[in-house]
Amino acid sequence: MSPSRTDLPLLWTLRALAALAGAITLLIVAFLILEAWPALQTPGLSHFLTDASWFPASTTPQFNLIPMVAGTLAATLGAMLLATPLGIAAALFSRFYAPPAIASWFRRLLELLAGIPSVVYGFWGLVVLTPLIRQWAPPGQSLLAAILILSLMILPTIALLSETALRSIPRAYLQGAAALGLSRWATIRGVALPAAHCGIMSSILLAAGRAIGETMAVLMVAGNIVKVPDSLFAPVRTLTANIALELGYALDGHRAALFVSGLILLALIVLLVSMSDWIMRDDPGTAPEALTQAQVPQHG
Amino acid sequence: MCRARIRLNALCAFLLLMVACSGEPQQSADTGALTGQLTLTGSSTVAPLIGEIAKRFEQTHPGTRVDVQTGGSSRGVADARRGTADIGMVSRALNADENDLTAYPIALDGVAMIVHRDNPLPVLSEEQIVAIYTGQVTNWREIGGADAPITVVNKAEGRSTLELFLGYFKLRNEDIKPSIIIGDNQQGIRTVAADPNAIGYVSIGTATYEASRGTAIKALSMGGIEASLENVRNGSFPLSRPLHLVTLGSAEQASALARSFIEYAASAAVSDLTEAQYFVPLTH
Repeated sequence: MSPSRTDLPLLWTLRALAALAGAITLLIVAFLILEAWPALQTPGLSHFLTDASWFPASTTPQFNLIPMVAGTLAATLGAMLLATPLGIAAALFSRFYAPPAIASWFRRLLELLAGIPSVVYGFWGLVVLTPLIRQWAPPGQSLLAAILILSLMILPTIALLSETALRSIPRAYLQGAAALGLSRWATIRGVALPAAHCGIMSSILLAAGRAIGETMAVLMVAGNIVKVPDSLFAPVRTLTANIALELGYALDGHRAALFVSGLILLALIVLLVSMSDWIMRDDPGTAPEALTQAQVPQHG
Repeated sequence: MCRARIRLNALCAFLLLMVACSGEPQQSADTGALTGQLTLTGSSTVAPLIGEIAKRFEQTHPGTRVDVQTGGSSRGVADARRGTADIGMVSRALNADENDLTAYPIALDGVAMIVHRDNPLPVLSEEQIVAIYTGQVTNWREIGGADAPITVVNKAEGRSTLELFLGYFKLRNEDIKPSIIIGDNQQGIRTVAADPNAIGYVSIGTATYEASRGTAIKALSMGGIEASLENVRNGSFPLSRPLHLVTLGSAEQASALARSFIEYAASAAVSDLTEAQYFVPLTH
């Protein structure tokens, strides 16, 4: 199908914009690799995995990034485990159980929760949440605090997008279920959730992208100790927090090492995208769109 | 595919062009006023401050251009000697073997040890602070305080406060056993104010300002000297250091532009910039 003459200007404008968007992504990746290159030459990639610890500015520098990768994964997975059931439950409540007036207010509250800037979550976590955890197990700034704050931040993403997915189920499905005399729970389990599973899945992956990329709130509550966490109450440092804490003051080799942190973060996100492609391969065209949004780092 | 690549090339060329244009040195037609280019290299502590001062200097003296690069105090000394830089930035007093350079103080940097306001200990000795930060003492009870684990708050790598702290107590960052690592001074204040068992250190300007506003922290005296801006300014507070600009040879040998920039950097016209970076200006 060839476009008509009148479509040509539009077509070329769109092509140019798409090329620009693609080029910017490629330029960012190229820039990351370029900046990280000195550190990949000396000390070399193996140092980032096998060194004793992370002291990049020391006279005998050490560059182990494994604790930060572990911190990022632990915080993200923990937040997903907590926020996914809560988010889906909130979506089901709003769609199937709440009276319309309450559902509409509930949605607005979730939208408000989604709109709060991350630094506000972080500040709240620092002055309210971590002292509470400290009374239980000092020092309070911990993996648990990071998980709780991240859960709170991604909960509205999962709830709102899942709710939209549940709302867009064809009416006939639900009417059919009603005609069969199914109970509300049986309708949800047998009809609604299977019909909306793609949308719900993308909401979860989108939330995972946000959790991996979140910087400021985590930096303020996680304690930032470079050590593989051995309990929920141990402080952790995530890859994003590592970059934010040190980049402003880093020179030469230290700076390049931080760009290696960025590359590893990028690799984690690529892994997430491929995972979503793999999960969604039965239904092409649902997940990838959601994840391109997830790659945009949260402004913090 | 091919077309996309051409477009990408065009974009790259455009970006390169923009970079090239902005890198073009500015040339001033009018003589008489100060013109020319200055290069400063050295301490990463001083560089952010000088960067801000340089921006304002360029605005008030059109036709001048000031380049600021970091690399540590030793690079500042080496570049000033070699002539690669017009002015070096050094975040310490000059050593005896560096008397071929002239040093001009522009500001002071001070660090205060802070604890929660409710901490009953009035003062900590240097040995106690070292023992706490190296993990030999982990409970306040061991040094006469309440029975509670100590939350040791350390700074992230690369900060000038960390450098000054480590230098003063002759510690290496690897020896420190921190419970929490923080980024900027505000985060340090909030962390200590929220935890009665915490000890940390922040720039002295932030500490005294926050304490005076009723934040639940107190700055500890060091060696019997109260932690205050006054005591940093008169040189009696031990945990402090001068920030210097250095030039090769005597003051007369420096160029007119360099002299005028150094004068400007130490003047009251930029003390707001100095305070914004949590340093202590030499004059009020």
